Amino acid sequence: MVLVYAESPRGQIKKSALETVTYGYQTAQKMGVDCVAITLGNVDNAAQLGQYGASKVYNVANESLNDFDSQVVTSVLAEAANKLGATVVILGHTSTGKSVLGRLAAKMDAGSVPGVNAIPNINGTFSVTKNVFSGKAIAEVQVNSDHKVLSVMGNSLQPEVVGEDVAVETLDVSVPASKIKVKEVKTIDGEVPLPEAELVVSAGRGMKGPENWGIIEALADELGATTACSRPVADTGWRPHHEHVGQTGVAIRPNLYIAAGISGAIQHLAGVNSSKVIVVINKDPEAPFFKAATYGVVGDLFEVVPRLTQAIKDFKAS
Amino acid sequence: MKLLVCVSKTPETTAKIAFTNNDSEFDTSGVQFIMNPYDEWYALVRALELKEQLGGSVTILNVGPASNDAVIRKGLAIGADDAIRVNAEPKSSLYVAKQIAAVAKEGGYDVIFLGKESIDYNGSEVSAMTAELLDMPFISYATKMDIDGSTATIEREIEGGTEVLEVDTPFVLSAAKGMAEQRIPNMRGIMMAKRKPLKVVEAVEANDLTTVATYTMPPSKTEVKMIDPENMDELVRLLHEESKVI
Repeated sequence: MVLVYAESPRGQIKKSALETVTYGYQTAQKMGVDCVAITLGNVDNAAQLGQYGASKVYNVANESLNDFDSQVVTSVLAEAANKLGATVVILGHTSTGKSVLGRLAAKMDAGSVPGVNAIPNINGTFSVTKNVFSGKAIAEVQVNSDHKVLSVMGNSLQPEVVGEDVAVETLDVSVPASKIKVKEVKTIDGEVPLPEAELVVSAGRGMKGPENWGIIEALADELGATTACSRPVADTGWRPHHEHVGQTGVAIRPNLYIAAGISGAIQHLAGVNSSKVIVVINKDPEAPFFKAATYGVVGDLFEVVPRLTQAIKDFKAS
Repeated sequence: MKLLVCVSKTPETTAKIAFTNNDSEFDTSGVQFIMNPYDEWYALVRALELKEQLGGSVTILNVGPASNDAVIRKGLAIGADDAIRVNAEPKSSLYVAKQIAAVAKEGGYDVIFLGKESIDYNGSEVSAMTAELLDMPFISYATKMDIDGSTATIEREIEGGTEVLEVDTPFVLSAAKGMAEQRIPNMRGIMMAKRKPLKVVEAVEANDLTTVATYTMPPSKTEVKMIDPENMDELVRLLHEESKVI
């Protein structure tokens, strides 16, 4: 059996959890086994996971699961996997999933692959691919143990409806006391976090100063995109650190990445080269980023970006 | 305060990535190696700052062959007191975590620091595995950390925001950007590092549950299509009709 942990930050199931269930369903189909989903804490509309291929949806309801503790979640998932007879456990490659994956692998003595980007090859052996060297290469990893734990890279596949809602059953699993006290959770409302964003507008030193960011924000607003920046911009304090994408910042894989005034240093490319489409706007035709771009615009970003914003506005109106 | 900082050796960030032996191994020829930036800039430096503030010691731990000693000495030059190297080839995450756990059990450390991930395999697994093997709390993606007595207050990154929490020592922590600023070793540090103790220990028994079968390069992008800067309507059309991303 394949067991999928569908995350529900603050009680809400998000797209990444649906992707994870779709991944679990397709893996289970290949193995010729069932896919079941598990949710933890108070969750809205967990029944919908049935639509994405979970033949059963279990919930472990316990107040203490509303705050995240990798030690508690690991204990619950390991006991659930054991109870249900699951040999493969699948998580999302989110900050939660990444914090649990290794723990769960150690607890279950399972081979683990973090950040898988395709459905496993099952052909006598079990192997699966993941990005390595910050997206500069792909490794095919063979898992040699009976138990296996995988985390699924966001945007690797689209959620796919294959069935209907299923009734949510309560699973009786012991929930150990947490040794962590969560004091405060601060969320940035209204904006899709970068690792999950499908559209990203990013800018670099070519902006000349933080006071000029209005045109980037206007473009992002028009597209419904999340804003990002290059490392020098975050380091000089023009933009907050959480916006820094690149090898030592956030790695992203949106459908569309628009980069204005970023030359495209190899460390920056490492964090963004998994984007499906890259648009590079730069006044220097020799900027190395053009080599990695799908579309390139050589021009003054202070003219090109507002023009692009207007073109999108016109497109939406038509 | 007894602090352990686990560091790994990674190719330098601009290194050319190539493979050898039927694409089953990373080609190290001509590659410069460095201390993994997350381990060095954030985990090690924050541990040193805490030691300077609260007293105690900072020990560096690495799992790897003797050729890793240069990276370890750099950590000593930045300010760590001593180092331990587990003499083994770090082949898989669980193997490395079992080595770290064995050393950590012996040493009785208050906090075990790692970087949030290595920049080569990007797995982010070893820290979580170590915590589980030691049955300790694990605080991932920490961006701020202070200790008062035996209680640490930590800020960490979560999806779409941050979380502030409290945890008592001992615990395992993975450090992200924001924890500290990079420190450049000075000449005195480099000279002193040569005399600091670096203990080599043998590995404990552990199996590799995963192996890399092959490496491939990602499919190369198609040639860039240049768009007239005056004609952004054309770009929007291509994004909609050709690439179907808007």
